[in-house]
Amino acid sequence: MIINHPILGPRDSQEFTYLGDAALIDRPDWQAEDAADQFHDYLYLRDNPAGAHRELWFHEQGDRSWLVVTRNTVTHEILNVELARDAARARGRSK
Amino acid sequence: MRYSGLKVIKEALTGHKGWRPTWRDPEPKKSYDVVIIGGGGHGLATAYYLAKNHGITNVAVIEKGWIGGGNVGRNTTIIRSNYLLDGNEPFYELSLKLWEGLEQDFNYNAMVSQRGILNLVHTDAQRDAARRRGNAMILNGSDAELLDTNGVRAMYPFLNFNNARFPIKGGLLHRRGGTVRHDAVAWGYARGADLRGVDIIQNCEVTGFKIENGKCLGVETTKGFIGANKVASCVAGSSSRVMEKAGMRLPIESHVLQAFVSEGLKPVLDGVITFGAGHFYCSQSDKGGLVFGGDLDMYNSYAQRGNLPVVEDVMEGGMALIPSLGRVRMLRSWGGIMDMSMDGSPYIDKTHVDGLYFNGGWCYGGFKATPASGWCYAHLLATDTPHKVATEYRLDRFRKGRMIDEKGQGAQPNLH
Repeated sequence: MIINHPILGPRDSQEFTYLGDAALIDRPDWQAEDAADQFHDYLYLRDNPAGAHRELWFHEQGDRSWLVVTRNTVTHEILNVELARDAARARGRSK
Repeated sequence: MRYSGLKVIKEALTGHKGWRPTWRDPEPKKSYDVVIIGGGGHGLATAYYLAKNHGITNVAVIEKGWIGGGNVGRNTTIIRSNYLLDGNEPFYELSLKLWEGLEQDFNYNAMVSQRGILNLVHTDAQRDAARRRGNAMILNGSDAELLDTNGVRAMYPFLNFNNARFPIKGGLLHRRGGTVRHDAVAWGYARGADLRGVDIIQNCEVTGFKIENGKCLGVETTKGFIGANKVASCVAGSSSRVMEKAGMRLPIESHVLQAFVSEGLKPVLDGVITFGAGHFYCSQSDKGGLVFGGDLDMYNSYAQRGNLPVVEDVMEGGMALIPSLGRVRMLRSWGGIMDMSMDGSPYIDKTHVDGLYFNGGWCYGGFKATPASGWCYAHLLATDTPHKVATEYRLDRFRKGRMIDEKGQGAQPNLH
């Protein structure tokens, strides 16, 4: 698979390591009433869709940036690539 | 129809005109006591043991394709009972004991071959871990022997013992482990279940569950609604897709694992060798092909094929261990979809929906678990209590801090 890095251009996926669902960006509020339940779901449950999947890839053997890659899990086609930093800020995170 | 040597001779002399289909091809009834979703090894074994052990024969196994077309036909056929943790090892030991009597039990030749599995070690730390695991295996009624370098050399003189990065310093030998003809497992269980009255319904995909007031009443399928007192999902690889229709999110990611077969060779490898440090394991089939595999492709996937970097990685692992492999030509490669769970161990449990049961999360270990999975799932379905060797396989174990994490990796499914 070739990942079209937003800064570096097309890169071989072998340069990256894979973490998992980009929902991991949305860390629950530890002060919430039901924080224990939220963290259980956050840590252990996954949507695991067949089709488009937003996921975190780390450019370990490159510029060490985190990316959010949208990829089809049925065909392995990569549909979109963005910097995780931008994706997180778009969701209201400070960094 | 029972199989026997006499029957084979009789058919050979009469032009093979007396063979009949091994199982029926029925239309679904309106309802059943138990509907099992998934006609793979585990689903068919569950139906078989429901009928045989518990006398529950008003059962349907529904399968979206053909039986045995999923992971039971896509694995590398290895059986073993060499786990460390108390939540796992008694279960896998039951499974291995069932494998040992399986062919006589269901009167079908599954070619169970206990040719031994050798896990190589390369460091003092690995040897300590192997010794600890071997002792845990022995305590649970399994067998283990720790070999030194010379012990390994006596078995497999052609290995590369002096690899600069991973010199072979010994291995943990599990003699009762081995291989099985995997398709025959599905067929044997299917025939045994069918003979006892179980309906095996192929080309019938589940499209939804009928759930009212927290009770599952049956399944919607491409062949219409099928009512059931109990619905048992058994579709490892596709668990999230199926259980989503019941509104469940699971502690599972789907990943692709590749496997490979070489051209047929004369007998060179009479057991199974695993080279965990190099992500490579290998055995030789009775037809002569080397059957081997390595690590996951590491990313979520529902495609039953992988990518080239892992092919290269596996071949490099093979060359590092068995340099003579370099002259062997590859014949086929394929991929299967694993339910990778959050601690590397499976689930056999009820769900929050009354009458809906779940079996999945088998990671790489589904094939060897087939008999015990069916045995324990049937026990759960028949009695509504978990079998004593499967009490830890609960869906809520993360909430309770009761993970069964053999590798100690934490909630990162692709690392288990």
